[in-house]
Amino acid sequence: MSQPSLTHVLQPKWRTVQQRLREVRVRGGGGKLVLLLVVGGVFWAGVFGVLYRILKYFRGVEELGPLLGAKLLGVALLSFVSILILSNVITALSSFFLAKDLDLLVSTPVDWLRLYLAKLGETLVHSSWMVALMSVPILAAYGVVYRGGLLFVPFALAVLLPLLALPAVFGSALTLVLVNVFPARRTRDLLSIVALGAAAGVILLFRLIRPEQLARPEGFRNLLDFIAVLRTPTSPFLPSEWATKAIMGFLGGDLDPLPLVLLWTTAAAFVTLGALLHRQLFAAGFTKAQEGAERFVRGVFWRHTVGTALSRLSVAKREFVLKDVKLFFRDTTQWSQLILLAVLVVVYLFNIKALPLFRGEQVPLFTVTLVSFLNLGLSGFVLASIAARFIFPAVSLEGRQMWLLRSSPLDLRALLWSKYWVGTVPLLVLALLLTGLTNVLLKASPFMMVVSLATICALTLAIAALALGFGALYPQFETENAAQIPTSFGGLVFMMTTIALLAAVIVVLSVPVSAYVRNAFDGLPTRVTGVMVAAFGVAAGLCAAATVIPLRIGLRRMENFEF
Amino acid sequence: MIRLEGLTKNYGSFVAVNHISLHVPRGVLYGCLGPNGAGKTTMLRMIAGILRPTDGRVLIGGDDVQRHPIAAKMRLGFIPDRPFVYDKLTGAEFLRFVAGLYGQDGDAVERRAAELLDVFELSSWKDELIEAYSHGMRQKLIISSALIHRPECIVVDEPMVGLDPKGARLLKDIFRQFVDRGGTVLMSTHTLEVAEVMCDQIGILQHGQIVAHGTMAEIRRQHMAGDASLEELFLKLTGGHAVRDLVEVLGK
Repeated sequence: MSQPSLTHVLQPKWRTVQQRLREVRVRGGGGKLVLLLVVGGVFWAGVFGVLYRILKYFRGVEELGPLLGAKLLGVALLSFVSILILSNVITALSSFFLAKDLDLLVSTPVDWLRLYLAKLGETLVHSSWMVALMSVPILAAYGVVYRGGLLFVPFALAVLLPLLALPAVFGSALTLVLVNVFPARRTRDLLSIVALGAAAGVILLFRLIRPEQLARPEGFRNLLDFIAVLRTPTSPFLPSEWATKAIMGFLGGDLDPLPLVLLWTTAAAFVTLGALLHRQLFAAGFTKAQEGAERFVRGVFWRHTVGTALSRLSVAKREFVLKDVKLFFRDTTQWSQLILLAVLVVVYLFNIKALPLFRGEQVPLFTVTLVSFLNLGLSGFVLASIAARFIFPAVSLEGRQMWLLRSSPLDLRALLWSKYWVGTVPLLVLALLLTGLTNVLLKASPFMMVVSLATICALTLAIAALALGFGALYPQFETENAAQIPTSFGGLVFMMTTIALLAAVIVVLSVPVSAYVRNAFDGLPTRVTGVMVAAFGVAAGLCAAATVIPLRIGLRRMENFEF
Repeated sequence: MIRLEGLTKNYGSFVAVNHISLHVPRGVLYGCLGPNGAGKTTMLRMIAGILRPTDGRVLIGGDDVQRHPIAAKMRLGFIPDRPFVYDKLTGAEFLRFVAGLYGQDGDAVERRAAELLDVFELSSWKDELIEAYSHGMRQKLIISSALIHRPECIVVDEPMVGLDPKGARLLKDIFRQFVDRGGTVLMSTHTLEVAEVMCDQIGILQHGQIVAHGTMAEIRRQHMAGDASLEELFLKLTGGHAVRDLVEVLGK
């Protein structure tokens, strides 16, 4: 029997994409597309602009310039590869073992190689599109600054393709092995390992780059030591290093074909080895993935703790909160991300501590206040990202069970209330920790401490409401993977709105904070003026509006959901 | 108990349910039949308050589902055709959660849940996550959840799908007893034998409209069908010649 072509196997996916685009066009989604393009364009221009300036500066520095440029590219590509490995492991789990089309594909006489290549391609596209888009302005900046010419475009593509393929093969192979090692559907163990691996990866990456040395040339005994560090490759066996060498070689005018050959031959070898591994292990792994979880749970713990704590609430609200808490902690894909989150918070606080603010004898009040104040914006952004991941998908994740919620006498306000507080309380704790600890580390003044804590509380309440409201406004009922929901159009709109709110609040609060700094500079006591009160009032009003309005709109939208 | 008045649902230019008026009184098991795409599921989902009608209204025990949803839904138990439930809850937790949606908790709910799980032979599975349940077990759990708050009427879409013969028989008995005690059941089914044996009244839907309605005897009389079986009646009213053509094509 002749085998179907690879394109035939991939046809349903391609047709789905086409159909989605058609639906967007029919529903008058042209505006959405334009907005996406504009936001994407602005983002690209921003990345390009910043990098262009940095590289332009590097080019002007003799001797060190090209080395710094290469190091920067190396760091960027190494980060990409690390992110891609993690992303591919998670994507491969769903595309190779949990996807709905697998039953059909496995039961038809499609040979193992086509199945592998089709699923590898799917994994590669799903996990790498964002990195591929991100690398466009970066490589464009290098091409422009180092005058790579038009030929640089195909050359960069030739470098990027194997660089994306390698983590896809590696990630898929790792998933394949893990699924075979852990019995049945133990995604909990699998993803815990992935999360821990990612955390370890972050620390490893941090050590590999040794950023503190690069940031302080004065820490080196002499310039030669500094140059030696810059010249040393991060690791000669890393594909990102080959890609850096190939690109910088091309741009520097002395093209060495070896790095490019290494990239392509390694990618080809990896695909071949990956295919062989797939032939050996896929059938067994796929069978194990079908087996039931067989997990007995009594659920007494949550009932006794959360249930008792909420005993004063109405039955519907209490049961809803209990249900949401249980679902979160029983779903590894949800809670495992908390590990990463904890690592990121530690890195964030470590960076604040490492700021060279207290080197001199005098504590620079202006700098400390400025950092403490700007930290509000940064913390707000971190909180918005977390809300996008955990609160934004909350309504979408109810989609499949909406038949039950809508056919029951549950008041949708109770549903929204429960979703809001289940998301907001942990976010609030994190917000207070982030801001409070940062201010303690910065030795910020009591005035700044009070302003920061009050602002971050109001912002958190607003961010959570915005996440829930936009989540209801742009639901993704068909998406089963919660991690994919924030990357949708609605997620983008939510992030944009939140950034606008953060900017507005910070601009308004800059009035009282600058007045405070001026007073402190002149040695005057902090005086609360009418302008200050008005500014605080406006900031509070903004946050209150950003809390109430999205929740109301979200509720109205939910009342009109149809299934 | 369940009254539909001019119920209509449009999807763009497509009319899924076309001005249906119907009354299902207390103590009646009403079967809704029709070919695929006739509008049965859309009609049932409007009755359950999941879909909003384009026009017309649904009254349950005199309460308009759109205007007084809480009062109307308190009387209702809905069983969908596809058993989507929270995979990471256990069976017992799911029943407790559903009871909570109806404002019920405490020992009464625990006893009722235990009874229902026992009747549907799910007791030994009650502390296991639903993700490990088979399709049929999920269906049984959803049926239990529709009964946990002691509804006055049950709206059920394809109740027999996924059930084993024992489960199907059990469900028939439960529905019969429920109706005999004054409850109301409105169900859609493709299993004509089930409808013929179980239902007190039958409605046949075609292109979003009821083309025949009444007891079996009344429908036979209306359509001068002698002592035709429900299957023959159904094929006659919904285009049975297509089936004969298909049989010929397959037989070639």
